[in-house]
Amino acid sequence: MANFSKSTVPQFSVDVYQNEFLPEGGRDVSAIVTVTSTGGGTTGGFAGGGPAGVVIMVDCSGSMDYPATKMRGAREATAAAVDTLRDGTHFAVVAGTHVAKEVYPGNGGLAVADARTRAEAKEALRRLSAGGGTAIGTWLRLADRLLSSTALTIRHGILLTDGRNEHESPEELRAALDACAGRFTCDARGVGTDWEVKEVTGIASALLGTADIVADPAGLAADFTAMMEHAMGKGVADVALRLWTPVGVEIMFVKQVAPAVEDLTGRRTEVGPRAGDYPTGSWGDESRDYHVSVRVPQASVGQEMLAARVSLLAPDPAGGDPRPLSQGLVRAVWTDDLAMSTSINPQVAHYTGQAELADVIQQGLDARKSGDRDGATAKLGRAVQLAAASGNADTAKLLSKVVDVVDAATGTVRLKAKVAEADEMTLETRSTKTVRVKR
Amino acid sequence: MSQKPKPSHGLAACPGCAEPLESGDRFCGACGYDLSAVPAAEGGADRPTVAIVTWPDAPPRDPGSLSTMTQHPGDLPGTDSGGRDLPTMEVRTDGPAPAESGAPAPAPGGPPAPAPHAVGSPTPDGDFELAAPDPRTAVRADPAPEPAAAAPTAPAAAPSAALCVACRAGRVDTDGYCENCGHAQPHERDHTERELSGVAAVSDRGLRHHRNEDAFAVASTTLPDGSPATLAIVCDGVSSATRPDEASAAAAEAAGASLLAALPRGAHPQQAMHEAIVAAAEAVNSLAEEPGQDGAEHDPHRHRNAPACTIVGSVVASGLLVVGWVGDSRAYWVPDDRSAPPARLTEDDSWAAQMVAAGLMNEAEAYADERAHAITGWLGADSYELDPHTAAFKPDRSGVVVVCTDGLWNYAEAAEDMARVVPADAADRLLHGAQVLVGHALDGGGHDNITVALVPFTVTPQGAGSA
Repeated sequence: MANFSKSTVPQFSVDVYQNEFLPEGGRDVSAIVTVTSTGGGTTGGFAGGGPAGVVIMVDCSGSMDYPATKMRGAREATAAAVDTLRDGTHFAVVAGTHVAKEVYPGNGGLAVADARTRAEAKEALRRLSAGGGTAIGTWLRLADRLLSSTALTIRHGILLTDGRNEHESPEELRAALDACAGRFTCDARGVGTDWEVKEVTGIASALLGTADIVADPAGLAADFTAMMEHAMGKGVADVALRLWTPVGVEIMFVKQVAPAVEDLTGRRTEVGPRAGDYPTGSWGDESRDYHVSVRVPQASVGQEMLAARVSLLAPDPAGGDPRPLSQGLVRAVWTDDLAMSTSINPQVAHYTGQAELADVIQQGLDARKSGDRDGATAKLGRAVQLAAASGNADTAKLLSKVVDVVDAATGTVRLKAKVAEADEMTLETRSTKTVRVKR
Repeated sequence: MSQKPKPSHGLAACPGCAEPLESGDRFCGACGYDLSAVPAAEGGADRPTVAIVTWPDAPPRDPGSLSTMTQHPGDLPGTDSGGRDLPTMEVRTDGPAPAESGAPAPAPGGPPAPAPHAVGSPTPDGDFELAAPDPRTAVRADPAPEPAAAAPTAPAAAPSAALCVACRAGRVDTDGYCENCGHAQPHERDHTERELSGVAAVSDRGLRHHRNEDAFAVASTTLPDGSPATLAIVCDGVSSATRPDEASAAAAEAAGASLLAALPRGAHPQQAMHEAIVAAAEAVNSLAEEPGQDGAEHDPHRHRNAPACTIVGSVVASGLLVVGWVGDSRAYWVPDDRSAPPARLTEDDSWAAQMVAAGLMNEAEAYADERAHAITGWLGADSYELDPHTAAFKPDRSGVVVVCTDGLWNYAEAAEDMARVVPADAADRLLHGAQVLVGHALDGGGHDNITVALVPFTVTPQGAGSA
């Protein structure tokens, strides 16, 4: 890994959007931190960022045969993903049931992608058959073992399931996720409609990947190809968002707000006096937004202070201290000019709305499941209103499949009497997806 | 900024109307009470989640000392806010801790005597021992641990070792903020004073603004006939515009330079003042063309306003007193003989002045209105029509000209009030006089930046006869 050359590693830039002006007695400082990495992914990708490994975990439980298109779809999708692998990428395929089995290469390690290994892997996929239970924790632990068998810069997993995690306790899955968190990133997909949304989103969230639904098995191949292309674009792994705050500043929350809402507040690792790291996973050519909210000590009008310093750090391939990539400052300035202190930064307002949108969708769907129709109508109505106001067209469309929209501006809706399960699950899975501020 | 929603307000019922609440509510459903503004919610419940290092107890206060109990830089291992090692070269610049004065810190003949190093000497008071440990040095497990972490970082970081003026405990990082309490350090322009023979000026940030957007220029020169001339320019940046501090600085500098070039050439002071204001306006206009590098993105409610400022200037030369102005910065005439009437020499370009001039309001009503300070003339690219006002006076007695921004005259609006606060010996102790006037504004509340220049006018026998 000594050839970890800087030129092909993404360049990070940090922009801070905030209204730094506080009224007299004001203490709350919110800022949207936009992190953009360029020059890695699409141009250099894995080749530049050092060796990468991907493990594909395919659900082979008995339910995958009902209907049989699921198993066929999964096989084809995995083959398509294998085809998308760049030469030189380390990879393995795991068949998941109540236990995890290595399908390819099957020697307790990873294969290196080239024409021969790709063909062998696809040959091995033909032997995949359905039968057995579901214990996702075992799949993840095997993936972790495989990915740690070689020195890799980027470690990624792709997990496909079609059912509930029935053959191990939630605690066992939790323990497996805790063991794997920070060791590799993982995208999770649910195929069909018999799986548990919170399980799949929980896996993706813990392992800093994406979650989505593929209701129709026929769509799996395209989705897997896209996912693998995305993974191939990653140039640098284990990037941490470091937040330094002065003495006396409370951290209210740290959230990723774009491309999807992900609360990072509880994932802080202390790294020294007044500084903590929040994991962000691996980065290619992309841009993400974070919402940082802190509470500063009161100060008199005319004072100015640094409320937080946000920096991004990448691990040093040589094993030393993390390298700082870029940083931004969140400031607080007290003023008695009400026009300045009362204006809300448009970015902050927008993402506050997007976070609320994700919240009310979840609450509305929960209320609907528990039979609270009034609560569900109120929450989903608010969601429709927020989605319309913020221009989140994708979420608005998903919502319209669950409720009849009477008036989007006021959030007046009626619950649909019959909702396709796939539509409800799609809405729940994608509820955290956000759109960026219209500029 | 108080509209931030919290993840949870932690209240069972609305503090306004006792309506039961849900945990995700941002407003009370019954009365609309803003739950994000409930102070008690965070007060107790959330405090334990704060990640703050625990500070050791401060040493007890030294009897007779004016300072409160303070922590010292060595009380905790420090990194700067970017997480890098601090320069540990000179951890202590203010002597040993008062409480431990019995135990001299350097302890030259100390115990095992390792190689002498600047900090980290094991002293009985414990302050220094904590300054040195660097967690990462420990992690790397150097085979031969250096006595202090100071050596490798010292050369690079030595210049920025200033101690924070707010908490006296942290160091100032390269961005100008304290690495401990985060407070911004005073800017160069927060308080400036200048005294020349025949003119003095003081500018102060005031108590309510976060930066000083006023600027001044003072100078003295010689006319072609060898007689002295003094000039003072005072500018007040328009806060609602972009980079008002740069605008005022540019205007003051350009006007001062213009006068300094024109007066020695023999230009009439009033004409020179007019040209100086035009030059200042051009300097401010040119700022608007520069790309807004100062984070125009970050000030969305401002970025369309071109930099702007007011200007007032005074020239005393060959028996003439010339003033020139645009905006609401003022010049007052205060005769040395206080029994003679003082006068305001300028007419504001302001809403209030226009109301009074038009006879629509009397002065008291106009200045009580919240629009009183809206100015109707300024220097800046978005000023539709530059109309420099100048006036020349020939006082028949000695006195002093007070050239000031509204940060001062808000606290002494009428000429009589101004005359009362100008010290009797102002003409002889110009700088002191200006300081007293700034002090008057600060005592009154210091709501704005305050800038005062004093220019004495002395009636000379030969000046009296000429026209």
